[in-house]
Amino acid sequence: MRSYRQPPCGRSHHAYRGLLMLSRLLNNRNVLGILFMAPAVLLLVVFLTYPLGLGVWLGFTDTKIGGEGNFIGLDNYSFLLGDSLAQLSLFNTLFYTITASILKFVLGLWLAILLNKNLPLKSFFRAIVLLPWIVPTALSALAFWWMYDSQFSVISWGLMKMGLIDHYIDFLGDPWLARISTVVANVWRGIPFVAISLLAGLQTISPSLYEAAAIDGAKPWQQFRYVTLPLLTPIIAVVMTFSVLFTFTDFQLIYVLTRGGPLNATHLMATLSFQRAIPGGSLGEGAALATYMIPFLLAAIMFSYFGLQRRGWQQGGDK
Amino acid sequence: MTKLTRRNFLAASASVAAASTVATTNAFAAPAAPAASGAGLKFDIEKGATLRVLRWKRFVQGDEDLWNANVKKFTEKTGVAVRTDSEGWEDLRPKAAVAANVGSGPDIVMSWFDDPQQYPTKLIDLTDLATSLGSRLGGWYDVCRKYGTKDGKWIALPFGVVGNALVYRESQIKAAGFDAIPKDTAGFLKLCQALKAKNTPVGFALGKAVGDANNWAHWLLWSHGGKLVDKKGAVAINSPETRAALEYAKQLYATFIPGTLSWQDPSNNKAYLDGQISMTANGISVYYAAKNSTDPKMQEMAKDTQHAHFPIGPAGKPTELMQITQMMIFKHTKFPNAAKAFVQFMFEPEQYNPWMEASIGYVSQSLKAYEKNSIWTSDPKATVYRDSAALMIDHGHEGPLGQASAACMADYVVVDMVAEAASGSKTVQQAIDRAADRAKRFYKA
Repeated sequence: MRSYRQPPCGRSHHAYRGLLMLSRLLNNRNVLGILFMAPAVLLLVVFLTYPLGLGVWLGFTDTKIGGEGNFIGLDNYSFLLGDSLAQLSLFNTLFYTITASILKFVLGLWLAILLNKNLPLKSFFRAIVLLPWIVPTALSALAFWWMYDSQFSVISWGLMKMGLIDHYIDFLGDPWLARISTVVANVWRGIPFVAISLLAGLQTISPSLYEAAAIDGAKPWQQFRYVTLPLLTPIIAVVMTFSVLFTFTDFQLIYVLTRGGPLNATHLMATLSFQRAIPGGSLGEGAALATYMIPFLLAAIMFSYFGLQRRGWQQGGDK
Repeated sequence: MTKLTRRNFLAASASVAAASTVATTNAFAAPAAPAASGAGLKFDIEKGATLRVLRWKRFVQGDEDLWNANVKKFTEKTGVAVRTDSEGWEDLRPKAAVAANVGSGPDIVMSWFDDPQQYPTKLIDLTDLATSLGSRLGGWYDVCRKYGTKDGKWIALPFGVVGNALVYRESQIKAAGFDAIPKDTAGFLKLCQALKAKNTPVGFALGKAVGDANNWAHWLLWSHGGKLVDKKGAVAINSPETRAALEYAKQLYATFIPGTLSWQDPSNNKAYLDGQISMTANGISVYYAAKNSTDPKMQEMAKDTQHAHFPIGPAGKPTELMQITQMMIFKHTKFPNAAKAFVQFMFEPEQYNPWMEASIGYVSQSLKAYEKNSIWTSDPKATVYRDSAALMIDHGHEGPLGQASAACMADYVVVDMVAEAASGSKTVQQAIDRAADRAKRFYKA
C-alpha cells in the first residue's frame, strides 16, 4: 500500500507529486473522516439546517406567501406576545401536551407491564396494541370526528339508549369538553408508541434482579419502585421526550377534528401557525409563531437529558 | 390529508346529478340558452402555443366533465394544447400566489375571492376582453367589477359565484306558523324562535367552516350596518351597528341546535339531511344530495326543501357573502394571446351555458346574460341561486380588497367574534375589541 514506485519515464514529476499528495491525504484519518461525513452533513444542511434557518429568518420578516418580505426585527414576536389568540394557543398547547403526555405515560407504562407478563396469545396482543399507531392519523382522526359529532356521536347515542343521558354530548362544541376530547384522541393514538417502547425496556431487565428482590422480601410495589422504575428510567426519558415533542407539535388530529374551534379552544401553536401562514398568507407571522415553539421543545429535551438520563449508579457507580 | 369535506360529501350524489343533468342539457340548451350579441375579439394566437391552467377541484362531477369537454373543443379549434390541473380550494390560493411571484408555473389560474388583488402587477391587463365580454353578454355585476378590477383596469375575470342561500323545510316552517321566510331580520328571529319551540331548531355553522361560517357571519354583521373596515381600510368594527348585530346573534343562537360551535363545512349538510334541523344556509348541494338519492325518505325531504335569500336587516339592503371565483392570466405566460383566446372561449355561450348547467346550479354566472339560462327555472328551487352575484357583497366590504381582507377572513376574525358573542363566552364588547385588535394587525399600513 505505502510503497510508491518511481515515476515512469515521460511522466512529469509534477503529476507524480500530485498523486503522492492525494494518496497521502486519502490515507489521513482526519481527511477521510471529513470526506465520509460530507454527504451526511450536506443532507443535514440542505434538508434540516437550511429550512430551519429559513423559518427562523422568515419570522423576522413581514413576508407574505409568494411575496418578498422586509426585515422587521422582532415585530412579529412582539405582536404575538400581545395577541390574545396566540396566547390562547400557547395555553392550549401546554394543556394538551402536559395532560396527554402524563396520560400516555401512565397508561402506556401500565399496558407495557401487562404485556410483559405471561399472557396467553402474548404475541397477538403485542401486535394488536400497535394498531392505533399504525392507522394514519388523518384516518383515525376522522373516526373520532364522527364519534364526537354533535349530532351523530355513537357515544352519545349509546349513552342515550342506556338512559344515562337525555341529550347528545357536545364533545367538540364546548371549549373544555373539546380540549379534553382532543386529548383523549391523542392519548388513544399515542399509547402504543409509549407502551411498546417501554415493553422493550422492561424486557432488558434481568429476571434475576426480581428474584433477588423477592428473596429480600420486596413486595410487588417495592419491586416496581426499586427495581423496575430505576432501570427503566433511561428508556422513559427517551420515549417521553419523543412523546412530548410529537404532542407539542401535533397538527393533523386538531386539523381534522376541530380546526382549532370551538372558539379557538383547541387551536394549538402549530395549527394557528398554519392558519396564519398558509390560508392567511402571512408567512412571516406564521413562522414567528412556529419559532416560538422552539424554546419549549428545547426545554423538554433539556429536562429529559439532565433530569432523567442514565445516572452513575445505574452504570455500576456508588451513587 | 383525508378529510370529509362538503366536496367529498357531494361527490357521491354529484355523479348521479351530473348524469341526470348532462341528459337534460341537450334538451333545453338550444331554445333557452342565452346567446352573445356580436362576435368576440380576435386574438393572434402564437405559433406552437400550449397552455397550463390551474383551477379548483370540482364540487360536482358535471363541472369537470364539461370543463374538460370545452378544453378539448378549444384544442380542436385552435390547435393549442391545454393542460388543466386542479387543486383543493385551500391549496390553490398559496400555489397561485407562488406562481405569481416566482414568475413560472401555470399560465392561467382560476382561483378564489381577491387573489388577483394581491399581486395585480403580475397579471395581464384584461380590460379589452372584459369590456368586450361585458358588452356582448349583458354586462358584469357590480361585485364582479370590484373583484376583477384594480384602479379601473381589469386584472381578472370573475367566472362565477358559488351561491349560498337559506335551505329550509317548508312543512316545518308552516308548522311553526309561517308561510315563507320573513323578509326582515326581526321576523326571521321570530321564525327561528317558533321553530325552536316546535322542537325543529335551525343550525348555522359557527366553527371553522371556511365557507358556511364566513358566509352567514358576514351577512349577520353587514345586515345590521356593521363592517370590519371603512372605505379607506381603517378598522371600524367597534360601532353601535356591530353591537346591534351581536345582540341579535345572541338571540338567534338561542334557537340553534346544540353543537354549532364545532360545525365545519360538512356539518350542516349532515344535520339537515338527517332531519335534525329545519333550516340552515348552504349551497344548492344539500338539495341535490336529497333529490338524487334513491332513498324515498330523501326524495320526500327534497320535495319539502325550499330555498330563500337571507332576510334584510336594518341596513336596508341584501348583505350576503358568497364564494366568487376568477380567471387570471399571468404576465409570465409565453402565450398571452392564446391564454386570452382560451379565457374568452370559456366565457362564450356555447361553452359557458352547458358548463353552468352541468354544475347543476352550484356555480352561477358573473355575466348578466346567463341569468336567462334555463337551469335557473327548469327547477324552480334553483332560482334563488341565480341571483348570487347580483346580491352578494365583497368580503372586504367597505374597504379595499387585497392581502388584509384575505387574511382577516382566513383568520376567522368575523366568525370568531360572532361565535364568542353569540355563545356568551365573551361579552359583546369584549368580542368586538378582540376582533378589532386582530383586524388592525392585518390592516396596518
